Amino acid sequence: MIAALPTYRVERGTTASRIGTILGVVLLALLIALPFLTGRATLRLAIEIFAYLTLAQMWNLLAGYAGLVSVGQQAFVGFGGYMLFALVLFLGLNPLLALPVAGVLTAAVAVPTAFVVFRLRGAYFAIGTWVVAEVYRLSFAQVSALGGGSGMSLPAAAVRGIAADAQLRESIIYWVALAVALLALATVYLLLRSRWGLALTAIRDSEPAAESVGVDNDRTKLVVYLVVAAVTGVTGALIFLQKLRIAPDAAFSVNDWTAFVIFMTVIGGIGRIEGPIVGTLVFFVLRALFADYGAWYLMLLGLVAVAVMLVAPKGLWGYVADRFALQLFPVQRRVRLLEEPRA
Amino acid sequence: MAAILTMDDVSKRFGALVVTDRLSMELRAGEALGVIGPNGAGKSTLFNLIAGGIRADSGKITFSGHDITALPPHERCRMGIGRSYQIPHPFTGMTVFENLLVGAIFGDGRGEAEVYDLCIDVLRRTGLLRKANALAGSLTLLERKRLEMARALATNPKVLLLDEIAGGLTEHECHELVDTVRAAHATGVSIIWIEHVLHALRAVVSRLIVINFGQKIEDGPPDAVMASPQVREIYMGIEAGASVTVPEPADA
Repeated sequence: MIAALPTYRVERGTTASRIGTILGVVLLALLIALPFLTGRATLRLAIEIFAYLTLAQMWNLLAGYAGLVSVGQQAFVGFGGYMLFALVLFLGLNPLLALPVAGVLTAAVAVPTAFVVFRLRGAYFAIGTWVVAEVYRLSFAQVSALGGGSGMSLPAAAVRGIAADAQLRESIIYWVALAVALLALATVYLLLRSRWGLALTAIRDSEPAAESVGVDNDRTKLVVYLVVAAVTGVTGALIFLQKLRIAPDAAFSVNDWTAFVIFMTVIGGIGRIEGPIVGTLVFFVLRALFADYGAWYLMLLGLVAVAVMLVAPKGLWGYVADRFALQLFPVQRRVRLLEEPRA
Repeated sequence: MAAILTMDDVSKRFGALVVTDRLSMELRAGEALGVIGPNGAGKSTLFNLIAGGIRADSGKITFSGHDITALPPHERCRMGIGRSYQIPHPFTGMTVFENLLVGAIFGDGRGEAEVYDLCIDVLRRTGLLRKANALAGSLTLLERKRLEMARALATNPKVLLLDEIAGGLTEHECHELVDTVRAAHATGVSIIWIEHVLHALRAVVSRLIVINFGQKIEDGPPDAVMASPQVREIYMGIEAGASVTVPEPADA
């Protein structure tokens, strides 16, 4: 039945994406060289930005694509952090080596967690994930070997295991944070470009239609949930490697590891790969300018979120991208007909 | 011809409301079957039962010799049941071409590069080729209805379920749509079509089923079904009204 098809080509790149690639390479070179250009304060800020970039990218994948609006990602941040301390303390693992192991362990604990929370849908899922995170927090507060409710510090010997010199140590952690953020971004990008990206985007746009054309929604969501848990766990381990100290309240903070992350993703533009990047940068600019105002700062964040939602419901990047048809990460496929269609 | 799809004594209730009441029917391979009935009669529920969006309370649904009563929707699609929704559900953030790709890759279980030709062909057959790169969210109603059918066709179905795809279209658009459905049927796809626009339906189907209160009340050639007094009363009665001679009250 396929008679005389028009000749066509399927293209992926856009002009914006090609310019973006060049700028990206330049920016990457600059970021790699950053430890030689600035002091430790800037590096510490950069590490934090990379960590949030990763968390936001992951939450976007979870909520923006798979429709799993979790407010309990702090469960995996805290669990990853605690696993780092446990691996270093009990097994004497080098902290850098413990990072990926913490990620694997977090994915493993996400399996039974998913078993519980996947029974819930929509708003119930959101609340369920939060409750599970609280259970994690209360459980770790009971483990006296890990400092109980008051927490613990990473042993100095283990810290020196990364590098004896503090400046070099900070640089190494910085490079690792950069690598994790890049890896997370690359994972999301390649995932969205692949056939699984089609399935995820379909689920994002209409769950009933997705399953009616053969997409296994539940399985796709579960895989995304586990991948996100693993990367979130590594990021958590990284965050507390930099802090060198962990305690239940800080590790499982819904404010720090989920509320801020949701803020970044939503004001940047949920359901787009560029959104969390824009949102994270906006968040850190706001924080640099207004963090000294205490409670007023948090109210300002709320105000910004409300304003963005009213003016640009698709987020800042959504607003710009729709206006100028921009796509920095070309996940779309475009058909180029090489002759005029007859029909 | 052998039956490709059969429903055997299927029931579905939502609380106290029986939406499908011990319904039995069959679709023969290569057949085009029309389904009519008043609003709320349970026509869309019938499709949901066949496609798997709703699980039957009792009874049995068989497709190509397999019992599919308990299968989830995506597996039924992969077996060869393609459906369109009454209210279009386009993947709004994807292009029209990508909408079809999802169906072709996951519904037909093939690699991405292998299904490009199929998708281009379906786009051409459904008159959407010029819209291939448009975001599905930007389409007009007619185009969205075409996309519903095109996406279902991209899954390479053996049975195509069409749910009121002609409603709200102009006369000219309706003719185009009928041609497209006919062309799809000509490729050997069996069709069940729920439609209120009767002339569009009768241009394609060779058999009609009438559903009311979740029960099948008529089943046969379109002319005979439309002439039946019961159908004239409960279905056509809405518009024919006084001109119809009122028969004895049906005791169904």
